Amino acid sequence: MSTMEEPLYPIAVLIDELKNDDIQLRLNSIRRLSTIARALGEERTRKELIPFLSENNDDDDEALLALAEELGVFIPYVGGVEYAHVLLPPLETLCTVEETCVRDKAVESLCRIGSQMRETDLVDWFIPLVKRLAAGEWFTSRVSACGIFHIAYPSAPDMLKTELRSIYSRLCQDDMPMVRRSAASNLGKFAATVESVHLNADILSIFEDLTQDDQDSVRLLAVEVCAALGKLLEPQDCVAHILPVIVNFSQDKSWRVRYMVANQLYELCEAVRPEATRMDLVPAYVRLLRDNEAEVRIAAAGKVTKFCRILSPEHAIQHILPCVKELSSDSSQHVRSALASVIMGMAPVLGKDATIEQLLPIFLSLLKDEFPDVRLNIISKLDQVNQVIGIDLLSQSLLPAIVELAEDRHWRVRLAIIEYIPLLASQLGVGFFDDKLGALCMQWLQDKVYSIRDAAANNLKRLAEEFGPEWAMQHIIPQVLEMSTNPHYLYRMTILHAVSLLAPVMGSEITCSKLLPVVVNASKDRVSNIKFNVAKVLQSIVPIVDQSVAEKTIRPCLVELSEDPDVDVRFFANQALQTIDSVMVS
Amino acid sequence: MTFAVDIISSIEFDRTGDHLATGDRGGRVVLFERTYTRDHDGNRRDLEKMDFPITRHPEFRYKTEFQSHEPEFDYLKSLEIEEKINKIRWCQSANGALFLLSTNDKTIKFWKVHEKKVKKICDMNVDPAKAAGNGPVVGPSIPTSYKPYTANGGCLDKPLGLSNDFSFPPGGVPSLRLPVVLTSNEMSLVPRCRRIYAHAHDYHINSISNNSDGETFISADDLRINLWNLEISNQSFNIVDVKPANMEDLTEVITSAEFHPTHCHMLAYSSSRGSIRLVDMRQSALCDSHSKLFEEQEVPGSRSFFTEIIASISDIKFAKDGRYILSRDYMTLKLWDINMDSGPVSTFQVHEYLRPKLCDMYENDSIFDKFECCLSGDGLRVATGSYSNLFRVFGCSSEASTDATTLEASKNPMRRQVQTPSRPSRSLGTLSRGFRRGADSSGVDTNGNAFDFTTKLLHLAWHPTENSLACAASNSLYMYYA
Repeated sequence: MSTMEEPLYPIAVLIDELKNDDIQLRLNSIRRLSTIARALGEERTRKELIPFLSENNDDDDEALLALAEELGVFIPYVGGVEYAHVLLPPLETLCTVEETCVRDKAVESLCRIGSQMRETDLVDWFIPLVKRLAAGEWFTSRVSACGIFHIAYPSAPDMLKTELRSIYSRLCQDDMPMVRRSAASNLGKFAATVESVHLNADILSIFEDLTQDDQDSVRLLAVEVCAALGKLLEPQDCVAHILPVIVNFSQDKSWRVRYMVANQLYELCEAVRPEATRMDLVPAYVRLLRDNEAEVRIAAAGKVTKFCRILSPEHAIQHILPCVKELSSDSSQHVRSALASVIMGMAPVLGKDATIEQLLPIFLSLLKDEFPDVRLNIISKLDQVNQVIGIDLLSQSLLPAIVELAEDRHWRVRLAIIEYIPLLASQLGVGFFDDKLGALCMQWLQDKVYSIRDAAANNLKRLAEEFGPEWAMQHIIPQVLEMSTNPHYLYRMTILHAVSLLAPVMGSEITCSKLLPVVVNASKDRVSNIKFNVAKVLQSIVPIVDQSVAEKTIRPCLVELSEDPDVDVRFFANQALQTIDSVMVS
Repeated sequence: MTFAVDIISSIEFDRTGDHLATGDRGGRVVLFERTYTRDHDGNRRDLEKMDFPITRHPEFRYKTEFQSHEPEFDYLKSLEIEEKINKIRWCQSANGALFLLSTNDKTIKFWKVHEKKVKKICDMNVDPAKAAGNGPVVGPSIPTSYKPYTANGGCLDKPLGLSNDFSFPPGGVPSLRLPVVLTSNEMSLVPRCRRIYAHAHDYHINSISNNSDGETFISADDLRINLWNLEISNQSFNIVDVKPANMEDLTEVITSAEFHPTHCHMLAYSSSRGSIRLVDMRQSALCDSHSKLFEEQEVPGSRSFFTEIIASISDIKFAKDGRYILSRDYMTLKLWDINMDSGPVSTFQVHEYLRPKLCDMYENDSIFDKFECCLSGDGLRVATGSYSNLFRVFGCSSEASTDATTLEASKNPMRRQVQTPSRPSRSLGTLSRGFRRGADSSGVDTNGNAFDFTTKLLHLAWHPTENSLACAASNSLYMYYA
């Protein structure tokens, strides 16, 4: 046991702690592996540190995960790309552990290292590693193997390429569904590296096997492969091989597979090009929109706008719109909700006439939906439809919907609608707003739930920003100030909060003439909570107003509060006084 | 003296048949491992007493045990949660480690049991003894961190903050060295709880079952079945819910549920009214509507007060090929073909002689006992337990129910009511763990009349590939080879 000279001592501890009992210390050491490596030098890192780490595969998952990540960026510390292969053995062991996230990270690091390795090194070191993993006794290593083929394949000589392809095809027929799943989800990446001759022969047959797998969980991963393969194949091959599979999948027995198709359909359409889309995929999509499983309809409904964009308006009106109508009265609220969140986007696609004639009734019926989420989703996308048809047509049905949401039993619903009020205000214009919504905004200030009152105060600020101080002077300030004498102290506090938010927007003059007197008045409140909030508000007003006002009005008020019997009031008053002092100095 | 906590409450072979797990009322899981070679050195102590000096039957030897569940208290509902293991299911093993799921009434746990080489670390850079003599050294060989450089590497911030500018000599610092890890040949078995799937059941969990896809499993309580991903412990999907809007309308509860052995989308569950429902998960996300219903029509005129009670199915098992389902109700075992929903293929009477005594059974609550059932790996025989530590084995080929054997789970098995002495059956004695827990305590009358309702054989499992059975009678585990 040697004694360390001073600067090395921490490094020595760091190295020792690689084997500490405390996981936190081990983790910390692993995170500093690069420091340890630099201290040991490149050669000893290669010869001692890396083999040392390779043995360490029964550690906690957390430590293994960190190790897998660090090794991915370790090439500089072992002496550069020419020595990159020494990093493979520890990662190979990490590829076999049973915790998925560790394996995934090890695979990621292997890919990162492999993509930097020299071609000859790949053949000498990386490809044998791929083969070993793929032939592993436990499914864990075979699962990992699937994820690194695309790195190994391009550098392999022809003989090896043939072998790699056949190994991959074996993995796709592995006994373990986990391995087949991994092979399916990595097939797209692997296919992208395979020459087009073999793509048509080998890869397509692998793909076909996967599409007929017994396990739903494998088949549904093959759906994603459709899109990836579609982009690689020639258009005619794509129509011949991929399209029938997609059409089949859209009628698969398992709803999970159909759900994947519904979710991926847009990508699939892109892969098979527009002509085929119109011919074959529109009927498939229509079937999905009418699927008897609600989950599938939810996924399909959510894609309706995206899908319509790749169709001509006529096609969309002819085929999709009738389904949309049905969905707007679907028995599942989640389907209607998904539809409501995207349906507004159809307006620009269909154009003004079709929108007014066909979509408007659907909007209106969704606006009257019994389920608040549906209504909210429509309202949140109001700007999109406004651009196409103008607000007038909507406003009549909009208002009852908003009023109803504004008074909903659930405060989260009320909160959601408040957040859309500034958007609505900008879309509806001042006139409409004054007539109909102004009163609501004031009403929320006296809501029973704090979050709503808080949001209401914020809303007033945003409205003042939207319509300008002059408008606010007429339509907000008088009403707000009127409430400052509410018998309930919590409501008086909301007003104080609103004042502090409004002051910066309204500017110095209005603040001094209108807002400040109310605040000063509130400093004589009998509730201490109000009083220390007054101190806080005054503190926030100080930078806005003139120094003279601060001295003449605010300071005396704060001085009085600083002598209050309540300790909190004194505390905040003194803080505010300090702010005045510092403003004065500057 | 039998302690209640030692009573075995669950028993299960793994897929290969090389391992056997039992769970008990004390929340413990005990693992047994099959040994292929017979060794006659004395390390076996009196763990097992051999009935035969030489036998070609493999034996199962105690491997390890661990505390899977602890008693808990649900403060919100003011309910005690027992630690009793209701079910154990083995999962896919990987890297030589064993994985299993165990559950009590509320919480499912995912365990990994693996062998770890005992390691010793030495040759540290910093001598723990010389390190200013502070901080007690916890292990004899592994130094803890030293006071100035303690937890979370707080020490490293300052000195190594420097090290960014601090350049190490190009060849590295020769005086630094890596600790040496000495691996001894000594192995220790380490059980580790990898995941806990909790707070998803309002009622008591009666079954768990893994899916053939290797990534999901289900858990069933009285009214609901939840679907889990093994890797995700904080969410599950409710796929079956039989809870009526009004609890007064409740007419049946789920008693058992199991996944199909090969089709990942199919599962079956049984109910207290004697029906089995087959569910196709492909049809819909919510599987409240079954795709097939298996129920036996009541024989008109046979109805009595007990009809409904004894119809309740206590356990169902898929046969290995997935074509047949075996179910156990109070009086019978029934074998169903999943392609035939008109009635069972065969019915085996388990203890018909109890029929006149149902009133007594009701009085002492025995009528609510939940017997498990099992099928042999080849699907040709079925078995289930009964009272007085008896269990019955039936052959289920064509003239089925005549080929029945009754055996007693004790050290000296006595065959009873043997109708066709088809094959020799013998016991290899008890395999209790470490210490003997009073096995043959109750003097059972061998004439088959006086049955001891307190000694019941509820749990048993058939080896997946061989003709051997593991059964649990109270606190003892017996292996039978046929």
